[in-house]
Amino acid sequence: MLEGFARQDGKKGIRNYVAVAYLVECARHVANEIVLPHRDQGAQVIGFPGCFPNEYAQTMMERLCTHPNIGAVLLVSLGCESFNRFQLEKAIKDSGRPVQSIVIQKSGGTRKSIDLGRRFVGEQVGAMASATRVPMDVSELIIGTVCGGSDGTSGITGNPAVGLAFDRLGAEGAACIFEETGELIGCEHIMAARASTPELAVELEQSVVKAARYYATLGFGSFAAGNAEGGLTTIEEKSMGAYAKSGSAQIRGLIKPGDTPPSGGLFLLDVVPDGEVRYGFPNVNDNAEIVEMAACGAHLTLFVTGRGSVVGNAVSPVIKICANPETYNNLADDMDINAGRILNGTSLSEIGEEIYEQVLSVSSGKQTCSEELGHAEFILTYKIFEPIGPACLPR
Amino acid sequence: MSDPNPNLLLLSEHDSVFVALEAIARGKAYGPDGAVVEVASAVTLGHKVARYPISKGDKVIKYGVSIGSATQDIAAGEHVHVHNLRSDYTATHLLEETAGGVNDA
Repeated sequence: MLEGFARQDGKKGIRNYVAVAYLVECARHVANEIVLPHRDQGAQVIGFPGCFPNEYAQTMMERLCTHPNIGAVLLVSLGCESFNRFQLEKAIKDSGRPVQSIVIQKSGGTRKSIDLGRRFVGEQVGAMASATRVPMDVSELIIGTVCGGSDGTSGITGNPAVGLAFDRLGAEGAACIFEETGELIGCEHIMAARASTPELAVELEQSVVKAARYYATLGFGSFAAGNAEGGLTTIEEKSMGAYAKSGSAQIRGLIKPGDTPPSGGLFLLDVVPDGEVRYGFPNVNDNAEIVEMAACGAHLTLFVTGRGSVVGNAVSPVIKICANPETYNNLADDMDINAGRILNGTSLSEIGEEIYEQVLSVSSGKQTCSEELGHAEFILTYKIFEPIGPACLPR
Repeated sequence: MSDPNPNLLLLSEHDSVFVALEAIARGKAYGPDGAVVEVASAVTLGHKVARYPISKGDKVIKYGVSIGSATQDIAAGEHVHVHNLRSDYTATHLLEETAGGVNDA
C-alpha cells in the first residue's frame, strides 16, 4: 500500500506542493522570488508566459493548479495580461484548495508583492508540513512516460524496461500514459493493432498521420542533433525505440492534454495540435511533454534518456532511467535507474522490476535524483486542440 | 576455440543491421550465434553496422521493421547512418560537427 495526500475533491497526491503560478512572463520574477525561501519546503513555480488569451493554456493551468500533487495555490498576476485569473481562481477554490491572488499593479509593486506572497506561501507550506499521509492504492496512480535525449541504447534497454513496468502497473489498475505521436511515426500500424476497438485504432493511426503532416510542414522531425550523434538515423528508427515504452498491453484510449484517463490501463496522449500549423513546434522540448502529462493528472513521470537528460518537474516528480551505461557513469548523480546494465547482462525484467519498485517508493515520498538536486522545470506555450471524439475512449 | 563475447546485438532475425553494444574498432566484431562481421570503420555504442550487403533503395530493417531507405549501396560491416540511410517520412536534422558517431577507439 502506498501513502498519499488526500484532497477535498477526492484526488490523492504523492506530493504536497504549494504552486506559485505566474499568469504572464512579466509576473515571473515576483513568483520566483516568492518561492526562493520555500523551495526546499515544497513551493513550486509554474505559469504561462503569454499575454494573449489561449483556451488550451487556460485549461492546462486549471488542471495543473488542481493537480493531485498540489495542495494550495498562489496566483501572481501583473494586472493587465489577458489570462482569465478569475476563472482560474474559481476552479481552484471549487476544488477545495486554499488559493490567493496577488496583482502586482494593485499591490504596490515588486517588493510588496513578494512580501505578500511569501506570507501566504509560508503559511501554506507550514500547513503542508503537518499533513498526514493516507493509504493509497497502485490503482489510484496515473503515470506518464517520456523519452528525451534518446540514442541507440534507448530503444534496447530503458524504453522496453519501462514497457515492462507499464505492463505491470497497468495490470494492477494504474493509468499509464505514453505520448509524443511525432515519435510514433513509422509504427502507427503496429500500434493501432493494439487498440481496444477498431474505431479507436483509426483514431490512433490518424493521430500519427496528423503528427507526420504537422512535422512535414515545419520541415523538421521530432529529432535532435544529439539523437544522430548517439546512433539514431531516422525518425522511424527513433519511433520504434520510443514506442517500446508503451509495453504490450491493450491501448484503452486516446486523450489530449488536460484529459484525465477515465480508468486504469494504457492511454496514448496526443500532444500535436489540431488544425493548421500554428504557434510552432508541438513539443518545444521534453519539459513541455512532462507538463502536458501532469495536466492529465500524472502523479509522476518515467523519463528514459540515453544522451543524459537531467530535468525534473515542478508538478510531477521525474524518475530518470538511463539507457546508456557510458552516460550513467558520467551522470550517475542525476540518474535513478541504470538500465544500461542490460547491455552487460542484467535482464530486461530485472530492470523493469526495479522501475516498478521505484514508482512505489517515490509515490510514498522517496525523493528522486532530480528532486534532490532541486530540478523543477516547467514550460507552457500556445496550442490549439479540438476535444476528443467518442471513439477515443471506448467503454 | 569459442568466439569472443558478442559485441553486436541483433534485435530481430529479420534485421539488416546489428547494433554496437560497445565502442567497436575497425576489424572483426561478433554477433549472436557465431556471426562474425568485418567492421569497416570504428563505431560507438548504439550505432548500426550492416549485417549483410544492402542495395541502394532497399529498406533498412531494424526491430523487424523499416527504419528508412538506403541512399547508396552498403557493404556488410559498413556503418549505417545518416550518410547512407534516409527517413521515408521527414528528413533528419543534424549538427555536422557531432553526427558522425565515429571515435578514434
